[in-house]
Amino acid sequence: MKAEDVKVCVVRIEGTNCEDEMANAFTMVGAQAEKVHLKQLLGQCDPSLKRSLEDYDILAFPGGFSAGDYVRAGAIFAARIKAGIGKDLKDFVEAGKPVLGVCNGFQILVELGLLPALDEVMADKPSAALYNNDSGRFECRPTVLRNDNKGKCVFTCDIGKGDLLMCPSAHGEGKLMSDIPNFTSRLEENDQVVFRYVTPSGEKAAYPWNPNGSPSDIAGICNPAGNVMGMMPHPERVMTAYTAADWTRGHPSEDGDGKKIFTSVMKYLSKK
Amino acid sequence: MAIIDIRIELKKGVADPEGSNTKKTLESLGFGGIKSVKSVKMFEIELDLPENEALAAGEEYCKKLLANPVVQSYKVTVR
Repeated sequence: MKAEDVKVCVVRIEGTNCEDEMANAFTMVGAQAEKVHLKQLLGQCDPSLKRSLEDYDILAFPGGFSAGDYVRAGAIFAARIKAGIGKDLKDFVEAGKPVLGVCNGFQILVELGLLPALDEVMADKPSAALYNNDSGRFECRPTVLRNDNKGKCVFTCDIGKGDLLMCPSAHGEGKLMSDIPNFTSRLEENDQVVFRYVTPSGEKAAYPWNPNGSPSDIAGICNPAGNVMGMMPHPERVMTAYTAADWTRGHPSEDGDGKKIFTSVMKYLSKK
Repeated sequence: MAIIDIRIELKKGVADPEGSNTKKTLESLGFGGIKSVKSVKMFEIELDLPENEALAAGEEYCKKLLANPVVQSYKVTVR
């Protein structure tokens, strides 16, 4: 598949606020990105604006505070999707098409049951939660991520194992919790751990490098098939050197570290 | 017609920064003898249903939207 043929659906509702950067990030790696309101997918709009999920190759949930984070972060967005296009979404994931959720988008994927989805494609009820940061505060600063995926995740296929990326985090609820016994070791066994927070030298992170207290410093995970990935930090905010935290201090490339996530998924699709 | 109260609380062992912060602030205002402060969320829902059906409906609301079973428990009562 050629890059210019890749169609990306960046889905938004009231309160999402990172859809511009997300669509821009995909445009920067050559794809056709469109910001689509959920009502367009549900058909609650003028017929000329109606869109169908199956016409897209990538689905992206941007960050923000969808529906005001009422009830729980991501819960209302997830419930609306499930009620309206739950089956289409499940088909999309089962077809192996990439789905990305960043920040609030990650919270939505967890509420949807698409992550961690240890034993099924889309669970009926959430089996994990992105819960309040240990600090009890919104944490906003650069974080360093280590790619710990062994090769399953389509969003890191072009990033070396153990490579470090600096991406900003900005969230109040990012601590990954689950009541599944041996949760982190099961994620490890399935190669579902994608990113861990580390220190700038790549050592084990403590607060503030791990901004939320997530167990085992997990910052991002994928589903067992590797095509659905959720992460708390924002790669779409560091597509060029100019928004990198170290851009005045010798950032080694024209590109920002987040770009590799988008080039990875494009590389994956180029082989399709 | 029935009015149900849905009380969503954090499961035992889940940290409650809002509760602990509130406790600290109340103490800083000079209030003594506070053993603990727990934050809970309440929804009051009016339903055009008999009481027993309203209770069952409330349970479903919790399962489908209002509570995440990993960190929260819920209790539905009829007024």
